[in-house]
Formats: sequence, structure tokens, C-alpha cells
Amino acid sequence: MQLARVIGDVVVTRKDPGLMGLKLLVIQPLTPDRRPAGRSLVAVDSVGAGVGEEVFFVRGKEASFPFYPTEVPADAGIVGIVDQWTLT
Amino acid sequence: MQIGRVIGTVVATQKNPKYDGAKLLLVQLLTPDGAARGTPVLAVDSVGAGVSERVLVVQEGRAAGEALRRKLAPVDTAIVGIIDRVETGGDRPIPQAPKAEASERAGRRPRQS
Repeated sequence: MQLARVIGDVVVTRKDPGLMGLKLLVIQPLTPDRRPAGRSLVAVDSVGAGVGEEVFFVRGKEASFPFYPTEVPADAGIVGIVDQWTLT
Repeated sequence: MQIGRVIGTVVATQKNPKYDGAKLLLVQLLTPDGAARGTPVLAVDSVGAGVSERVLVVQEGRAAGEALRRKLAPVDTAIVGIIDRVETGGDRPIPQAPKAEASERAGRRPRQS
């Protein structure tokens, strides 16, 4: 999983039925010192994240697991909102 | 699997229920020689790794879910071992045969090892 910040959302009217009713957020992966790490991407949200929040997300078909048994054609999903992290 | 070092801990109260009770650690992936490689990742810990320890990391969903022992867990990265030692032979050639007598070596350049 990777750290990311929610930087926006996406509205998609015509889409795969598996995405119906799901929130799609634009996220920017981060390094632990909050620098951008790679390209921003769109992720499905299953934890109620909002713009500006720091989250962690999963890649691959695991992104669809929170919605099982609905088959969701997603390859990235937010799975948690981060309270804080501590580096040694 | 990859080699990594635990560099921190993450607290996330609001998260997918399949993560309940699981420890979330920040891991810096390493080359076998110990250099940092890429951006640190979050991993669930199934072996009780401590901060600063070197660990073995899987980055494939099915394996990570098995490490967590939960079906359909939305995880893609898990710590599956604590590393005792890494040894790499690198590019060193196979050691040469025992040295010959000086007279037999006369006129030939010694091989580098």
C-alpha cells in the first residue's frame, strides 16, 4: 500500500455498471516526507475520504475487494484514512 | 519478494475492517546491497517486525492476503519474514585453483580475483 493525499474527485456519468454509486477520487501518492511520489491517479473510495486528507491505497484487483460481491473494475482503491505516521 | 527495512509506523483509525488488529508499518525497499530503492510503502505485518529491522516483503495481493490470513483482504503488501542475513556473491568469478609453483607461473600474468 502507499501513502497518498486526496487532491480532487472525478464525475463519470457513462461508466461500467460495476462503478455505479462509487466515489472516485484523484489521489497523489506521497513519500513519508510528503513529497509527490509518481503520477496522480484515480482511486475508488470505500472509507469516506475527503479532499485534502491523507490516505493509504491498494493497487490491483484487491481494490475491488471492499465491494465484494459486486465486481468493480478498479485497479486502485483507498482503504484507510491516515491519522499519523512516525518515522524513526 | 523484496528486501526492506522498517522505517516507521502508521496509525489509521478509519480503515477497511479487514485491517482490524493488523499492524501497519512503513518499509523502505532495498537492493540486496542495502541501498534504498523507490518510495517507501505501507505493509501489514504478520511476523512482529520491529522498527529498523530488515524484512522480507511480498508485493502481490494474493500472497499479502494469505499473510494476513484473511480472505478478500484489500492488501497488496505484507511483511512475511525478518531477515537474519543477506549474502550476495556479486560478480566475483569462481575462485582460482591453488597457486602453482613459481617456476610454472614464470612468464604468465597472475589472474585477478
